[in-house]
Amino acid sequence: MNWDIVLDIAIMFGKSLLLLVCLLVFIAYILLADRKIWAAVQLRRGPNVVGPFGLFQSFADLLKFAFKEPIIPSGANKGVFLLAPFISCLLALGAWAVIPVAEGWAIADINVGVLYILAISSLGVYGVIMAGWASNSKYPFMGALRSAAQMVSYEVSIGFVIITVLLCVGSLNLTAIVEAQNTSWGMLRWYWLPLFPMFVVFFISALAETNRPPFDLPEAESELVAGFMVEYSSTPYLLFMLGEYVAIMTMCSLTTILFLGGWLPPFPIAPFTWVPGVIWFILKVSLVFFMFAMVKAFVPRYRYDQLMRLGWKVFLPLSLISVVVVAFVLQVTGWGPVR
Amino acid sequence: MSEHNIRNFSINFGPQHPAAHGVLRLVLELDGEIVERVDPHIGLLHRGTEKLIEAKTYLQALPYFDRLDYVAPMNQEHAYSLAVEKLMGVTVPRRGQLIRVLYSEIGRILSHILNVTTQAMDVGALTPPLWGFEEREKLMIFYERASGSRMHAAYVRPGGVHQDLPTSLIHDIAEWCDPFLKVCDDLETLLTDNRIFKQRNVDIGVVDLDTCWKWGFSGVMVRGSGAAWDLRKSQPYECYEEMDFDIPIGKNGDCYDRYHIRMEEMRQSASIMKQCCAKLLAADGGGPVSSLDGKMVPPKRGEMKRSMEALIHHFKLYTEGYKVPAGEVYAAVEAPKGEFGVYLVSDGTNKPYRCKIKAPGFAHLQAMDFMCRKHMLADVSAILGSLDIVFGEVDR
Repeated sequence: MNWDIVLDIAIMFGKSLLLLVCLLVFIAYILLADRKIWAAVQLRRGPNVVGPFGLFQSFADLLKFAFKEPIIPSGANKGVFLLAPFISCLLALGAWAVIPVAEGWAIADINVGVLYILAISSLGVYGVIMAGWASNSKYPFMGALRSAAQMVSYEVSIGFVIITVLLCVGSLNLTAIVEAQNTSWGMLRWYWLPLFPMFVVFFISALAETNRPPFDLPEAESELVAGFMVEYSSTPYLLFMLGEYVAIMTMCSLTTILFLGGWLPPFPIAPFTWVPGVIWFILKVSLVFFMFAMVKAFVPRYRYDQLMRLGWKVFLPLSLISVVVVAFVLQVTGWGPVR
Repeated sequence: MSEHNIRNFSINFGPQHPAAHGVLRLVLELDGEIVERVDPHIGLLHRGTEKLIEAKTYLQALPYFDRLDYVAPMNQEHAYSLAVEKLMGVTVPRRGQLIRVLYSEIGRILSHILNVTTQAMDVGALTPPLWGFEEREKLMIFYERASGSRMHAAYVRPGGVHQDLPTSLIHDIAEWCDPFLKVCDDLETLLTDNRIFKQRNVDIGVVDLDTCWKWGFSGVMVRGSGAAWDLRKSQPYECYEEMDFDIPIGKNGDCYDRYHIRMEEMRQSASIMKQCCAKLLAADGGGPVSSLDGKMVPPKRGEMKRSMEALIHHFKLYTEGYKVPAGEVYAAVEAPKGEFGVYLVSDGTNKPYRCKIKAPGFAHLQAMDFMCRKHMLADVSAILGSLDIVFGEVDR
């Protein structure tokens, strides 16, 4: 028996577990931050009872969900009904396999990292569709239909935005994308500035992709009550929520990697370079998430047709033109990746 | 599959729906996202108010009016009191009128602030309600300081108001008005020019003026469509003639215009409140707050200790009540939601023979079907929000 392989697998397993634990704890606090930021905007205090400043609120919620009785509607397709939250949660977590949180800190540093993430996040819609269909109920069904249309629409523009970045980098490897932004100019040469319109399009599409307001139509409270999650309770509901927040974290990290220089310090000079890369990464992800949270606090919700119009008639042409323009500029000026 | 196998998707919107505004049940027929038919089912909050009133004395009937449009309770009490006063031929002293106007305008702001911010919530903006409720809370405290109750005040009574206001309360109300304008501005920064808010409200739920009249609309619904119809101006009651205020009107009759009108009316109300406070504090603002007719308005407690007649009046008023001359009367006020009317028939006894309540929300709710038709599902909640429905008065 080849012990090297066993060792490799053990290390891989250990790494995954470590990342999983760190990620989940981080998400517990991101969730709290989301609620706190929202509360602050609304002149409320937010959760402040469990632990100092409500710091243990997410864990209390976790326990509450875990100990509640899962209610399965009698008309529901039991298997698919329970499978759906697992799918959406597992797929969301799966995307984290390729995300480098610092130099060399990725579980799988594969060459098609971007493609992998796109593929995984596209599959995420299945969880929603299955939930909506298996619930055998009207509001979830509407939610699932909306969700399917919405996620597909915005993935198209996300795809084109990523292509513009890939044109500049010349690689699909996420580590290479970060390295390509490592110049003596620091944050001024991260892609958010040269590709600013794309940065904006990506951010908005990321909101749509993760069903955050103003694009939270699949779970629109004032129309569909809770959309595809209407019939869910206890642990299955928890898995949906978890999946949603993991997906949000994935999108925040992807924004960080593609546009904000991943783990790189803002300027490659003394005090900044002393801080470990992973800290920079977390800070940047938190910054992007802060924007996510603020958007949620401010905006009303789009209507279904307006959402579609924005996706297909504004973002798609915009990103398509950008691909052409970026390719043209890179070709003419020779700024593109050297082969 | 042949054509007739296709049927519309029918869905229950309420009564337990977060955007159904109380206990409304709408049966929607959807063609995809498009609404083909809206069928409002009412009656889930029916308490038989009108029938109950027939078994109560005129004073005992009053608190039922708080429970109609519970968002602005005193405006309803006001309409009822006006009706009883008309039958009795009683006039209210000026200070009483000023206090009534002051609290009517507080009620208007209470109602509009709730409506505007929940309309925002119905289109997905969750922050405005929290900002608005901050101010609403202060207004409810003004209610409490005047009447002892935050909602069901029973403060405006036939003959005047229950008690005089303390001077400190009048000062506090006057001081509240100007900072409130700032809150209105803050709310507008979130909504008025917000692209998404406009996309969700402009040209949604349009009603033209003809339709408004035909369906018996009143209040903001009519003003949104361009008619400057306001009972406070067209048939002034109490001391509204003394007040200086404008009536905002809309042009397009859509949800966005109605939102604008409500915002502007709140500012106008704040201005009326300021005028009332100034008049109440002025030298000629004193005097009694309710009619001095001992046969209708109970005496002061101190008086009861000294005067035998006052004691007898008190006993008679709180046991038998007062007798109202036979006749019938219609009295209406411009409530926040529109014309709120009370049609009262008296047979000369101490209890109303019949009390018919005209609630503006009822007429507006009828319009749900034709207003929502061919709109999208999401517009249903936007339109419902801008109609300003409160189920206490629709179901009665």
